[in-house]
Amino acid sequence: MSNITKLIIVAVGGQGNLLASKILGEAALDAGIQVQMSEIHGMAQRGGVVESSILFGDAKSSIIADGEADILLGFEPLESLRAVAKCNKNTEIITNMRPLQPFTSAIGLAKYPESEEIEKLLKAKSKNFLGFDATKLAIEAGTSLSLNMVLLGALAQRNLIPIGKDLIEKTIKEKTKKQFAETNLKAFHAGFQKALELSK
Amino acid sequence: MTVFSILKKQPKRAGKKTMHKLLQGEPESRHFLLGNEAIARGAIEAGVAFATTYPGTPSSEISANLFEISQETDLYFEYSSNEKIALELASASANSGLRTLCLMKHVGLNVAADVLMTLAYLGVKKGLVLLTADDPFMFSSQNEQDNRYYGKLAGVPVLEPSSVDEAKEMIKYAFDLSEQLNEPVIFRTTTRVNHSSGIVEFKDITLPQTKGEFVKDPMNYVSVPAVSRKRHKVLLDNLEKAATISDSCSYNFIKGKGNFGIICNGVSYAYVCDSIKDLGIEDKVKILRPGLSHPMPDALIKEFLKDTEKVLVVEEGEPVMEEYVRSVAQTQKITCEIKGKHKDLLSRLYEFNPSIVRSAIAKFFGFENKSAVPVDISDLPVLPNRPPNLCAGCAHRAVFYAAKKAGGTDTLYPSDIGCYTLGFLPPVGMGDFVLCMGASIGTACGFSKSTGKNTLAFIGDSTFFHSGINGLLNAVFNNHDITVVILDNRTTAMTGHQPNPGVDMTELGFENYNQIDIEAVVKSLGVGYVQTVKPYNIRKTQEAIEEAMKFKGVSVVIAKEKCVLYAKQLGQGKKTVFQVNHDKCKNHRNCVNDLGCPAFYIEKDKVNINPEMCTGCSVCAQICPENAISPVKIK
Repeated sequence: MSNITKLIIVAVGGQGNLLASKILGEAALDAGIQVQMSEIHGMAQRGGVVESSILFGDAKSSIIADGEADILLGFEPLESLRAVAKCNKNTEIITNMRPLQPFTSAIGLAKYPESEEIEKLLKAKSKNFLGFDATKLAIEAGTSLSLNMVLLGALAQRNLIPIGKDLIEKTIKEKTKKQFAETNLKAFHAGFQKALELSK
Repeated sequence: MTVFSILKKQPKRAGKKTMHKLLQGEPESRHFLLGNEAIARGAIEAGVAFATTYPGTPSSEISANLFEISQETDLYFEYSSNEKIALELASASANSGLRTLCLMKHVGLNVAADVLMTLAYLGVKKGLVLLTADDPFMFSSQNEQDNRYYGKLAGVPVLEPSSVDEAKEMIKYAFDLSEQLNEPVIFRTTTRVNHSSGIVEFKDITLPQTKGEFVKDPMNYVSVPAVSRKRHKVLLDNLEKAATISDSCSYNFIKGKGNFGIICNGVSYAYVCDSIKDLGIEDKVKILRPGLSHPMPDALIKEFLKDTEKVLVVEEGEPVMEEYVRSVAQTQKITCEIKGKHKDLLSRLYEFNPSIVRSAIAKFFGFENKSAVPVDISDLPVLPNRPPNLCAGCAHRAVFYAAKKAGGTDTLYPSDIGCYTLGFLPPVGMGDFVLCMGASIGTACGFSKSTGKNTLAFIGDSTFFHSGINGLLNAVFNNHDITVVILDNRTTAMTGHQPNPGVDMTELGFENYNQIDIEAVVKSLGVGYVQTVKPYNIRKTQEAIEEAMKFKGVSVVIAKEKCVLYAKQLGQGKKTVFQVNHDKCKNHRNCVNDLGCPAFYIEKDKVNINPEMCTGCSVCAQICPENAISPVKIK
């Protein structure tokens, strides 16, 4: 029916969501696929929620309304759960399961939900769920800052967007800082491999 | 060989080697750009020679790019100390024959409105584009006013792009239109265009004329009543000319065919197009999209309304087009139903999205809406929020803590626009009234006089230079009894560390700037009590504020400490972090409960400090009753 793929990425400020989105945009440009991207962030310089929406294909809009995401890519489990309203029964969720405590729960003013509960809810509300400790893989690749690349790798493996693995790899090589390129690619492959294992 | 090589000149700043990315790339090359980058590139392609701004989200990335480009080219760019001054400079530059861009966020135009209203009378010799970045939903603003009204109020054209790529092309047209009419042109964006990214194609860069000449003509330029009476007529003539242009302008078009009509502007056009496709009603609905939306295209509207059963007007914000279209229908005796802002259709509140627009279209015209159904979220637990918070180690937190100790809860604390506005949130809880840029001092005077209470105003350095300085001048003249705490973090932090008159530009590698000393300015205004403190020293800061509050008359405390993020960027971060000694800690939790620094976390019922986040400010160590917090050197 529609040739439009709608991807929502949610993260906490500083997790590298905007770079991941930009890589996908650049890769789409390279592939000759129309793309619209939008960033949504509030006043917070640090620690706030950062959301980006990416629409591949023949759409003019750059944002995604509730219930209309095809894929939810979450960099943090609580934020994935918060964004679940963007999903419908056919949405696929890919998320990092390593929590990043918001200040409110870090000082005991609020309760961070148990990982099992988050996983159960996300599973129940999606067509397919892929959750793993992506931060761990990023650290193993060289730095926790490469978390965004791990998640891009998992996204590429699921084959949900009209851009192939090779092109994303090429874009990472060309568009991320030279001194991080090797680590970034390592992280990307680790995410890809993990998604492959979990999908079996 | 392209025009880029002609444009290029020696970078003014040492150490910068690569050309700016918006200057690279051949004509016809395609790039994935942020809306604000596309607008900056469009201005460069238009041959802009002079650009001024006061930083404000969502416009900030345009100026950040132009500032960088100005270091490599002949473009003159400045961060003026407020929007009014920015537009004053722009008025002179455009009347000296230079293509000029003046940009600001929507509320900035309120500050510059005085200039605009009479500049429209005097007109311009060369293109002047006044960019206003509106912020429906108030992602980072104090209101969501609809600046299209300024076009109507001043009598100048308004252009509104619907997408990132259109924004780049349209801003070039804005310069042309301004020159065609000899009037400034308002270029109105919304956050959703500024902060979206899309694919744009680069075109040739027009070489700017960079040396201007002003031809004296006082009988047209000096706005005394006799001149203004003449110029007002010129303005109305120009507006009439603009109305004719509006009917033939390629940015105003009718698309599709059908008995139903939708009139939409800006980003709503994108949502309307996608909705029509999603609803499968391409053959039933036609669209009128005014890109030049003031003056509206009368002939086009008449043509559109003719033989149309029902018309829906889709515009974020105020019913500007809706009211206009209805007036056209009335003069044409057209009786078709015209709706837009209505409790069952479209709201004046916030920004739209594809779903809101699709529902309104389906409902108004009676089509079935088969949208995807969002999953049920009624069974989600209460999720902890991530409220915006002052950064770990932010000096504002230290000042607020000291001021609260000094002034207690009975003092009134008007605050201002900046990162420190967040001080009103718990646990800090400092900030009782926030209005607009610079208003903390004026409102403090009003509260002090009308209530007789102790009043202490907070204002940042950039905001003080922007318009707070006027409030202080007034406070001294009228002998008010207030205390002002200037939170001088040495930069314009909230919008991304732009320069302001107090910034040491040499630290950033720039020469040819002067630096204004806030203390000297305050003293020169005749403030009776002035003290500058280092806010990380809590005791001294508290004492200074206590003394200031005892002073009868206007007193000022300047809390001078670099923004932690800015200091880190400059390589001036502290080399220590603090840790809680759990043998000494008795869990009073003053640190957590009074400061709310995001570096704290609780583990096994004990307070800890995240060494990755701690910036070594030492404030928590100073207030711990058990002296349980101490520094550790970072290796």
